[in-house]
Amino acid sequence: MMYLRLAGQFVVIAALFTVVAAFADWPAYRQFPRGSAIVLLTFVHGADRKAECRRLTSQEIDKLPPNMRRVQDCPRGRRPIYVELDLSGRAVFRESLPPTGIAGDGPSRVYQRFIVPAGKYDVAVRMRDTARVAGFDHAREEAVTLVPDQMFVIDFRSERGEFVFH
Amino acid sequence: MIGRIRRALRYGFEFIEQPFERLFGPALNPLAQLGALGFFFFWIVVVSGIYLFIFFDTGIERAYESVEYISREQWFHAGVMRSLHRYASDLMVVMVATHLLRQFAYDQYRGVRWFSWFTGLPMIWLLYGSGITGYWLVWDRLAQYVALTTSELLDRLPIFGEPIARNFVFTGTLTSRFFTLMVFMHIAVPLILLFIMWVHILRISRPKINPPRTLAAMSLVALIGVALWKPALSQGHVDLAMVPVEVGLDWFYLPLYPMTDIWGRGGVWEFLGAFSLIIGLMPWLPPLRRARAAEVDLAHCNGCARCAEDCPYEAIRMVGRTDSLPFPSQAQVNAALCTSCGICVGACPSSTPFRRSEELKTGIDLPDFTLKELRERTVAAAEALQGPARILVFACEHSGAWRLDEAVHLPCVAMAPPSLFDFVLSRDLADGVVIAGCAESACFSRLGIAWTKQRIAGARDPYLRARVPRERIATIWTSALATRQAAADIAAFTAKIAALPRKKLRLPRAPNPSSRSNDEHLPAEAGSAT
Repeated sequence: MMYLRLAGQFVVIAALFTVVAAFADWPAYRQFPRGSAIVLLTFVHGADRKAECRRLTSQEIDKLPPNMRRVQDCPRGRRPIYVELDLSGRAVFRESLPPTGIAGDGPSRVYQRFIVPAGKYDVAVRMRDTARVAGFDHAREEAVTLVPDQMFVIDFRSERGEFVFH
Repeated sequence: MIGRIRRALRYGFEFIEQPFERLFGPALNPLAQLGALGFFFFWIVVVSGIYLFIFFDTGIERAYESVEYISREQWFHAGVMRSLHRYASDLMVVMVATHLLRQFAYDQYRGVRWFSWFTGLPMIWLLYGSGITGYWLVWDRLAQYVALTTSELLDRLPIFGEPIARNFVFTGTLTSRFFTLMVFMHIAVPLILLFIMWVHILRISRPKINPPRTLAAMSLVALIGVALWKPALSQGHVDLAMVPVEVGLDWFYLPLYPMTDIWGRGGVWEFLGAFSLIIGLMPWLPPLRRARAAEVDLAHCNGCARCAEDCPYEAIRMVGRTDSLPFPSQAQVNAALCTSCGICVGACPSSTPFRRSEELKTGIDLPDFTLKELRERTVAAAEALQGPARILVFACEHSGAWRLDEAVHLPCVAMAPPSLFDFVLSRDLADGVVIAGCAESACFSRLGIAWTKQRIAGARDPYLRARVPRERIATIWTSALATRQAAADIAAFTAKIAALPRKKLRLPRAPNPSSRSNDEHLPAEAGSAT
């Protein structure tokens, strides 16, 4: 009787553990529908400063504490970056990206996913990172073919000043 | 509202626990060993993790291959260890979640128990941190999904200058040092978890951190069986150019990851914040109103330390004597830890209702429910008893007998010193005594049932005297919801006592003329009643 009871106890424990093991990787989770791909627009880039450095007058320099005197005053704050992304002529992203940091002197950043059906697309990306109010400082257009489940990344390389497609 | 949820949950737990109790018995019932099983699975995870670390390679290219080698070529030892590591981790989540719900259902999280409840909250975070960093290390498609979603979630917080998720969308951005960092985190986070687990049980006397050996052995064998039946396997090598669209999720560790697609990353953080806030504040929603803490009466305390031994919450410690009595130590109560369960009163050798002093006093007593009052209530309840079998019920306020008006109600049955049962039977106040406590696997005061059983069995001080007829004492262990069961058990015991021959009683002791008897209001002495 004792062994029978022990066997019953073991069966219950094993059954519970089996249920736990089953849910350790089942049911599978699908992030988006079959036949889709992701276009990911992501980069980190600092725009120009809001204003140019200005030479201080001798009166202004005299007013500064002796250990903090400098010739130029360079404002820290950066401009926002304006970015546009079109997929086959359809505008999917139009945004002004503010600079990061408490003083607004850090680079702007973007990390935006777009789930699209796989297929051919004309990808056009444009960016304005200077004081200009019209036109763009950087742009790239290219026809790409996205296969299902592909991660197509649009990056910007600040050192080269150009968009890179991965 | 919270009370209703708690009650509904309690019904649910009792519905599940009854068949478990029947099959396993109170000692092996897994639902009464959730904390201990949590510790047990933690140790399995630690041992299997150390074993796996021997074979694991932290290189960016070699991590996946080394795990494949473990699972495929060395499946019979390292592969089994990997499965044990995975499933024991999952079981730990199950134990923690069930433990949390059960403590809530049985209202064992408020009052002085807030500390254990509150320290459980960082444990949940650390447990999930341990699991998530572990999934990252395998560097398969699930790891890619976990890495991407976790970093996207972290990027939602204003902490990182550059989105860290960018590291997982291009090839060539990750280095082997990243895996070294992840291995470090996967070791450091569980170590911090272990430290918090220790803090979690600091304020508990005799915490159960090891399950009974039989239960542990069965669990280990079952776990190995499951590991052989369904080995934990990787889900294909990472390909950063492709999205890990479909992954076999571990629903114990990663249930919130799909929610990022529904609620958004901000929504998940709001949920986690709200969950943590509610869990953290639960002990005070509303706060538990308890009676005043136990107080020591030094004139009656000989420093025997039995109260400190029996206290379930480490609320009593022995300190140097502060009066002139010739004893080395005295009991000292920490009111912040005292639940006013009265177990210390039942443990004190001075707690004897036979005492004929001016006023019944004991070494340690509850100011809101003194031993004197307990004796008075006992005598009053006994006077109201009628019928061929007069049964006096001592009912824990958390037991199935809590509704019985004629019972003597106690915060815990272990508050009643064994001499009280002797007093009732030897003074012919009743023909039988029922001690009705909580369900055996869910003692509200943790140790009340164990101490009561041991005292009656003569295995723990203060003993129930040998002269007390054991057949006239019944212990009934039922939950507060099982009122019918308690009533039926009491009725059965009443019938049994009615069938017994009338008990022989000792002769009354001659009254001591030098002291005023405290028993003036008691019924006639046993001898005169016969």
